[in-house]
Amino acid sequence: MSFHNAASTRRSTSAERAAASPWMRAVSALTYPLSPGDFIDSLLPHTPRAARGRVEHIERNGLDAATITLRCPRGWHGHQAGQFINVGVDIDGVRHTRCYSISSAPERDDGCFTITVKAIDNGRVSNHLVDNLMQGDVVLLGEPTGEFVLPTELPQKLLLIAAGSGITPVISMLESLQAKDRIGDIVVIHSAPSPEAMIFGSELEQMAQRHAGLTLHRFYTQHTGESRHAGEHRGRFAPAKLSRLCPDWQDRQVWACGPDALLQSLEQQFDTAGIADHLHVERFRPALRAAVPGEVKEAQVQFSRSAVSATGNGAQSLLELAEASGLSPEHGCRMGICHGCTTTLKAGCVRDMRNGEVFNEEGDLVQICVCAPVGDVDLEL
Amino acid sequence: MTHPTYLTDAQAEAFGKELDAIRDEVKASLGAKDAAYIHRMIRIQRGLEVAGRASLFAGVLPPFWLAGTAMLSVAKILENMEVGHNIMHGQWDWMKDPKIHSTSWEWDTACPADQWKHSHNYMHHTYTNVVGMDRDVGYGILRMSAHQDWRVWNLGQPVYNALLAGLFQYGVALHDVEFDRVLEGKKSWRDAWTRLKAVGRKTSRQALKDYVLFPLLAGPFFLYVFSGNVVANFVRNLWAYMIIFCGHFPDGAHTFKAEEIENEIRGRWYLRQLLGSCNIEGGKIFHIMSGNLSHQIEHHIFPDLPSNRYAEVAPRVREICERYGLPYNSGSLARQFGTTTWRVLRLSLPGGSSLEPQAVLA
Ligand SMILES: Cc1cc2nc3c(=O)[nH]c(=O)nc-3n(C[C@H](O)[C@H](O)[C@H](O)COP(=O)(O)OP(=O)(O)OC[C@H]3O[C@@H](n4cnc5c(N)ncnc54)[C@H](O)[C@@H]3O)c2cc1C
Repeated sequence: MSFHNAASTRRSTSAERAAASPWMRAVSALTYPLSPGDFIDSLLPHTPRAARGRVEHIERNGLDAATITLRCPRGWHGHQAGQFINVGVDIDGVRHTRCYSISSAPERDDGCFTITVKAIDNGRVSNHLVDNLMQGDVVLLGEPTGEFVLPTELPQKLLLIAAGSGITPVISMLESLQAKDRIGDIVVIHSAPSPEAMIFGSELEQMAQRHAGLTLHRFYTQHTGESRHAGEHRGRFAPAKLSRLCPDWQDRQVWACGPDALLQSLEQQFDTAGIADHLHVERFRPALRAAVPGEVKEAQVQFSRSAVSATGNGAQSLLELAEASGLSPEHGCRMGICHGCTTTLKAGCVRDMRNGEVFNEEGDLVQICVCAPVGDVDLEL
Repeated sequence: MTHPTYLTDAQAEAFGKELDAIRDEVKASLGAKDAAYIHRMIRIQRGLEVAGRASLFAGVLPPFWLAGTAMLSVAKILENMEVGHNIMHGQWDWMKDPKIHSTSWEWDTACPADQWKHSHNYMHHTYTNVVGMDRDVGYGILRMSAHQDWRVWNLGQPVYNALLAGLFQYGVALHDVEFDRVLEGKKSWRDAWTRLKAVGRKTSRQALKDYVLFPLLAGPFFLYVFSGNVVANFVRNLWAYMIIFCGHFPDGAHTFKAEEIENEIRGRWYLRQLLGSCNIEGGKIFHIMSGNLSHQIEHHIFPDLPSNRYAEVAPRVREICERYGLPYNSGSLARQFGTTTWRVLRLSLPGGSSLEPQAVLA
């Protein structure tokens, strides 16, 4: 999976450049050293622009999720159902970027698309998007990416499995198939704690009523009430239940998105059955943000551009460690004041030894002369 | 020895720790209000620039020429000082906004950002007022400390000084090329040439914009737009020169010899920042127009804290200095600039050691 993050949008994204008309490029000689877009962003922030989307509408979806309608940025080339997009917002003055699957179909033609965000406990961005975002706000957008898409040559039989917010790419696929009138033989399995908490529960139900070929199974993991309809189940979905719910599962191409535990058990089952190639998964939680270790012992530091690795100890700066490993990174004051050694953190966790500030987001720019590794680290050096 | 030698190492470290505590406190409290401040500053700056340039197109009418030139001058001053200088210091890096970041900002002046970050953020801020190491001590052409040997060409100093003030952006741009060190054989011609080429590229794009493209766009009013740009750049040069020279050379500012900073502990680094820096008193707008370099002491102690916070930490820094019996050099613009200019004149002649303050002894 590829990520665009804050660091890779440093100058202008390719979407921005693609959207820059020749006229704009000529004007940039007049706005040098800024770009014309910089003036537009500051002075006319609501002008439609590449890599920016205006919030048109926000709607609750389930108990703790919201579907956010965004205006497509200028130069938008559309997406494929199942793809995700980077969304950047400023929270307490700090830019944060996260991926969200696009939950609307590419066929939607009002110049908007949606993302559907589930607020998770202590989740910084998800809670901000669900609770604080307002109509008219502008968010930063990357370009749609991801391989979790249906092939153009659609398989005869599909099985789509989702849990929680994992339904977002799946609903986009279904809406898209519906728009193209291509819903054939599809089994959909979706799980949530309760009917009220289920994201896109009623949309799925309506779709199932409309299309005879679409079979819907809904699992409510914490629900104690009566099941209302056929296809509603209490308890947790597990791959072992497939043979009962969907006896021909081995003949189907499967797209699955949900918590890691679910995806792992699916992968195991498909492996064992020798049909691993039938299963396509999307993980919402890649090993992205390193946990902050309580206690620091040894840390493996990877200087990836130089293909050198070293062992740090939490007290020696990354700059010293790099030098001890035979590298000579650019730097200045060696005391954290000149910002001449700023380097991109690709993965892992480092701590500013002066005040204990922790950096553990991909793309964080860290001052290596005052930061020490406090866990395994991958640096763009 | 001009250091206040009566502070033991332990006392100096304790002094530094108290300053560190202020830094940590401010860093931890940064948030949306601060972000809104820099965004507002950038918006005002860009708005003034657009309005100023638009007004200059009507520059055939004197009020428009005056207003346009004034707005463009202010825009250039704001861009260089409160916006550009401070962003390149990393003061706003905590926002993680790739567009308002020390690694990506380029400013509206002749000096390329990366060279500036080397000569200023690193050399000047690390080796502040150390003769022979901090190139801001005279920019390689002026004798600004009695610790510098007098040469006969220093007699021309009042003239060089006036030229530097008027052409300040080019003086700054040539800063990191270090011609004087090339002549002394301490730096290779090749290295200097590489830097000079980068300066040339940047300078030509700046000049193309201000002196060719905008005037041409004005068609028959070429000269009005051209002259407005010349004046705006000149005003910015004078202003920046004045604020920056007031930062380190008014009466009472200490300069240091290289041997004084051998094995310098962090507490003494703080001490040197304090002794080598001078504040200018003024109102809110004056502080903004000076890029908050009117809080030079706070800026040198906390070079990467957002400038909008210097005013609030200044009384606390001053209080700590008082407790440690340390001087805190703060005065009106007239006092600071007057004594700075006197220093330039006096040091064009031999001697001048009476200008160097006495060691601060208990
Ligand atoms: C390809 C892709 C597509 C995605 N699509 C969607 C989508 O359509 N809708 C949606 O709501 N989310 C989606 N996500 C997840 C989303 O990117 C964020 O990870 C999620 O919103 C949490 O971010 P946060 O800032 O709120 O939490 P953080 O502040 O980053 O984390 C808070 C805590 O939650 C944990 N955590 C982080 N991410 C998750 C997670 N996904 N599940 C459970 N715990 C987590 C962290 O380890 C941490 O302990 C997608 C992720 C990827 C990689």
